[in-house]
Amino acid sequence: MRKVKKDLVVIGGGPAGLAAAKTAYDDGIKDVMILERDFELGGILPQCIHNGFGLHHFKEELTGPEYAQRFINDVEERDIEVKLDTMVLDVTKERKVYAMNKKEGFLEIEAKAVVLAMGCRERTSGAIGIPGTRPAGVLTAGTAQRYTNIEGFVPGKEVVILGSGDIGLIMARRMKLEGADVKAVCELLPYTGGLTRNVVQCLEDYDIPLMLNHTVTAIKGEGRLEAVEISEVDENLKPIPETAKTIKADTLLLSVGLIPENELSKKADVVLDERTGGPIVNEGRETNIEGIFACGNVLHVHDLVDWVTEESQIAGKHAAKYIKDNYEKTGSCAELKAGENVSYVIPQKIELEAGDRKRIPLYMRVSTPLTAVDINLYADGEKLYSFSEPFAKPGEMISVPLAQKTLDDLGNVDEIKVDIIEKEGN
Amino acid sequence: MIETKTLTCVACPKGCEVTVEYEGDEIIEIKGNACPQGQSYAEEEIVAPTRILPTTIKVKNGALALCPVKTTKQIPLENMFEAMEIIGNKVIEAPISMGDVLIENILDTGADIVATRDMPAEIK
Amino acid sequence: MNKKYDVIIIGAGISGCAVAWKLARYNLDILLLEKEADVATGTTKANTAIIHAGYNADPDKLKGHLNVKGNQGIREVAKKLNIPYEEIGSLVVGLEDDNLSVIDELYEKGLKNNVPNMEIVGKEWLREHEPNISPKAVKALWAPTAGVITPWEAALAMAQNAVANGAEVKLETAVEDVMTEDGKVVGVKTNQGDFEADYVVNAAGLYADEIAKMVGIEKINITPRKGEYYIYDHAKDFAVNHVVFPVPTPISKGIVVTPTVENNLLIGPTSHNVKSKTDLATTREGLKEVYEGAKKLYPSLDLRDTIRVFAGLRAADDSEDFVIEAAENVKGFVNVAGIQSPGLASSTAIADYTAEILADEGLKLSEKKDYIETREEPVRFYEMTNKERAKMVDQNKDYGQIICRCETVSYKEIVDAINSPVGARTVNAVKRRTRAGAGRCQGGFCGPRVVDIIAQELGIDPTEVKQEEGNSQILEYKIKELLGSKVMDNA
Ligand SMILES: Cc1cc2nc3c(=O)[nH]c(=O)nc-3n(C[C@H](O)[C@H](O)[C@H](O)COP(=O)(O)OP(=O)(O)OC[C@H]3O[C@@H](n4cnc5c(N)ncnc54)[C@H](O)[C@@H]3O)c2cc1C
Ligand SMILES: Cc1cc2nc3c(=O)[nH]c(=O)nc-3n(C[C@H](O)[C@H](O)[C@H](O)COP(=O)(O)OP(=O)(O)OC[C@H]3O[C@@H](n4cnc5c(N)ncnc54)[C@H](O)[C@@H]3O)c2cc1C
Ligand code: SF4
Repeated sequence: MRKVKKDLVVIGGGPAGLAAAKTAYDDGIKDVMILERDFELGGILPQCIHNGFGLHHFKEELTGPEYAQRFINDVEERDIEVKLDTMVLDVTKERKVYAMNKKEGFLEIEAKAVVLAMGCRERTSGAIGIPGTRPAGVLTAGTAQRYTNIEGFVPGKEVVILGSGDIGLIMARRMKLEGADVKAVCELLPYTGGLTRNVVQCLEDYDIPLMLNHTVTAIKGEGRLEAVEISEVDENLKPIPETAKTIKADTLLLSVGLIPENELSKKADVVLDERTGGPIVNEGRETNIEGIFACGNVLHVHDLVDWVTEESQIAGKHAAKYIKDNYEKTGSCAELKAGENVSYVIPQKIELEAGDRKRIPLYMRVSTPLTAVDINLYADGEKLYSFSEPFAKPGEMISVPLAQKTLDDLGNVDEIKVDIIEKEGN
Repeated sequence: MIETKTLTCVACPKGCEVTVEYEGDEIIEIKGNACPQGQSYAEEEIVAPTRILPTTIKVKNGALALCPVKTTKQIPLENMFEAMEIIGNKVIEAPISMGDVLIENILDTGADIVATRDMPAEIK
Repeated sequence: MNKKYDVIIIGAGISGCAVAWKLARYNLDILLLEKEADVATGTTKANTAIIHAGYNADPDKLKGHLNVKGNQGIREVAKKLNIPYEEIGSLVVGLEDDNLSVIDELYEKGLKNNVPNMEIVGKEWLREHEPNISPKAVKALWAPTAGVITPWEAALAMAQNAVANGAEVKLETAVEDVMTEDGKVVGVKTNQGDFEADYVVNAAGLYADEIAKMVGIEKINITPRKGEYYIYDHAKDFAVNHVVFPVPTPISKGIVVTPTVENNLLIGPTSHNVKSKTDLATTREGLKEVYEGAKKLYPSLDLRDTIRVFAGLRAADDSEDFVIEAAENVKGFVNVAGIQSPGLASSTAIADYTAEILADEGLKLSEKKDYIETREEPVRFYEMTNKERAKMVDQNKDYGQIICRCETVSYKEIVDAINSPVGARTVNAVKRRTRAGAGRCQGGFCGPRVVDIIAQELGIDPTEVKQEEGNSQILEYKIKELLGSKVMDNA
């Protein structure tokens, strides 16, 4: 077993890990190592060949590989050590990282700080328990995306997609363009889980039907998938048997949700938030374990990579501060609470010295879609201020600034709560 | 006849609901856009929708079998399948650099097909 | 002309594999035939995986007879062949409103079947040993000799040991007819040609009645009886320490809650006759029945962290018993049919009993001098400590590449699974041998990598790699292959 020491170890070389590593390096931490299990950097982005990345961060529209390439170049221009084809197997709360690759064998890396940036994984058919057989041809949309865009195969030519998450929508167009017949995208809920632009550009452009309030109620076929049965659901999301109909299909893609990949975090005793599936963090993205930070999809699932970058810069910056020993907790802690129609707020707590920061961005999602909303912030029950937005959808993360000045004026606060409700008088 | 159509602007992820009033190819009023990009988007959308086409191209002797590509500018939606076939018939030899023009002026649209990543040659 | 075998065994489920394993120790030429691309793809891959203690089976039936013997036999075999097996004991748990006298009756039946060390336990014991059990649980039959096993690994280990001792296994070889001459078996016809043998053992599971009909035996009639399940991730933080049964009612044995050897929680099965022998579909009603049944024993159990649903088919003969006997009308033909539960638990005893019948029929059983009793333990990275892993990687760098992240399976393990005797040819076969793809992401991550390794090792195109049976290719087309046609459609 080879043993090494590092100032900062970043687990995962996706956009989150790359941005965190770069920021920490630029803040003076030169002894940085990125561990990535894939054969290249970029995380999920190399397979996301579609455009729609970078509009916030670069003010131009890039494809996934292009967005990744910019951050890969950033890392390569710096003296940051990158280990590819290297799987991290274990992390301890003492910040020992155990990893393995073919070239060097087993590694034990003792780090002053660790950034968790492992991304997320997809929910599977088993997890949602669709009745029926278990033939080939049922796969997650992300796996299909890898086959189509990296490995060079089209899984099948008569496709039904369950779930209207972004990956499902993107893959509907992708398979259609590659010559498959995409028969329908079924969504259990009365609204889509993906970005509106993807509904327009991926489904409407190609006349692919979006069937809201529908789900797959049976999978049919013995060797390869032969058909799926889909049914409408009632307001309790229970399938209505009389509405069942069979669609011939050789491929069923599932886009039914992403789950932050926190198996490693748990090994280090990092406490997770049930709502996000990711660690509970403070505004520096530090977890309950000192010196262990988290950012990107491992923390909460992002729809836009631009927010991943912003968040990872925050994590990188604070990891650097931590290593340099000027990371100060105030001793008091304000908890952020998801109030009415809010499914979660990140960070979950504010507990650090303000330093020179002007504001803290609060990331949140609504539970149900609304048009014309007020986003209200409360401190210990007292209303602080509100923002208006033309609409709020669960599929689209909202970022709201909490001004440092407001916090300073308030002094000691125990709880900050956010509500997102229909605009008054609407 | 004057018609109205509600579009979702896709020029940025904000996705404003833009309402357009038009008669034939003539635009009468555009409402709901939060920025000027939304205006031009809605105009184009009524007259002739265009899109960027992101796809892949086959690679010979590359580290991977495929290289992702895109059109350098939007091309008419109706040309998509024809463009896909042209791109699909082509094989490019690695190494390739991001931004390399792989097909010029596809279907006379004025758009080139460019690589969207570096594709090194296969490591033997 | 093909060579002539002493014994041909039809069907490589646990029964066929156990018979092959048993017979391979003798000076015999043995051929094990299986229609699918792997061993253990029939009933043996989808069941509750319990090695029953033996109190349940009727003492007057063959099942009752063989279960306890099999329970003892499997313990030894598991050690010798390195089959994952945990003797965690079983409980039949009575709730307040149940007919609790059934527990005493089972205890009595167990005594008749010679089940050792059973005890009747009460409320306190249950609280202490099964902390999550229903507060209504008042009494239970505890049988410490019950255990859980990895059924396909058991079948595979037996098949591999048989091969090590000279037996042959042919996969993707379906028996289409049994050849007889002058009232005597002479061989079988298959989709891969004819094979000659003096003895034929019919261990074809659900299809044993159809094979029997090939030699004119009409009395066997197999009805498929479906059982449905949910399986959970290891990460499920919910302690279940025994195989836990409810009190059986006259109509149902009830839903079991049990850990598997790999520490996944398993709940099921239902029990309903179905029409088709290929109907392995789970159903909404069935899954509901499973969940509600499990909730009775463990009210705080939810469906979070389930990773898969599946179903298996019991091969139930009209007699509701094992049918293990020599044919009366044809010499050299032996049925091992109607092997429903506890077929797994009884497998070694079934093999012993079958060997005795073959001997009675005239087969000479003389033990080989160089008989190999053991099977080397396959490397199981997921069970190792970091220190042990480090050592393995030092010895061979191919262990250094992890292919399946959820179950920590290395490249080397997968390549070995493909290249070892009775090697894996399909994605599911790799999964059964190594657990790659059996975890929470269900192959989402490792699937493409496993397909690639199988294609490389077998020298085939990725579009030819199958998930399991028949036409179960994972990838139908190469990229760009569909393009021309589509443009035509749209033109
Ligand atoms: C299909 C799809 C389409 C999308 N479309 C858009 C879009 O149009 N616009 C947009 O802005 N955003 C989009 N996104 C969102 C954006 O791409 C993601 O939010 C972003 O990639 C998340 O970055 P990340 O670094 O957190 O995770 P990832 O990109 O998943 O990177 C995590 C990395 O960690 C590595 N890793 C994990 N575990 C280990 C381990 N144990 N050891 C070593 N390495 C490990 C992984 O291999 C991976 O490289 C899309 C996402 C997906 C999946
Ligand atoms: C829901 C359920 C739960 C169970 N739980 C338990 C339990 O907990 N404990 C226990 O002890 N038992 C249990 N059992 C029973 C146990 O699983 C079976 O007894 C055992 O697996 C039967 O094995 P087998 O080899 O006889 O049949 P199979 O595993 O079905 O094997 C028969 C093989 O023959 C092959 N075959 C068929 N026709 C041909 C042909 N023409 N040519 C070549 N090959 C052919 C098939 O492909 C198959 O591989 C359960 C069964 C079910 C369904
Ligand atoms: S109108 Fe402007 S802000 Fe609104 S979606 Fe379009 S580009 Fe974005």
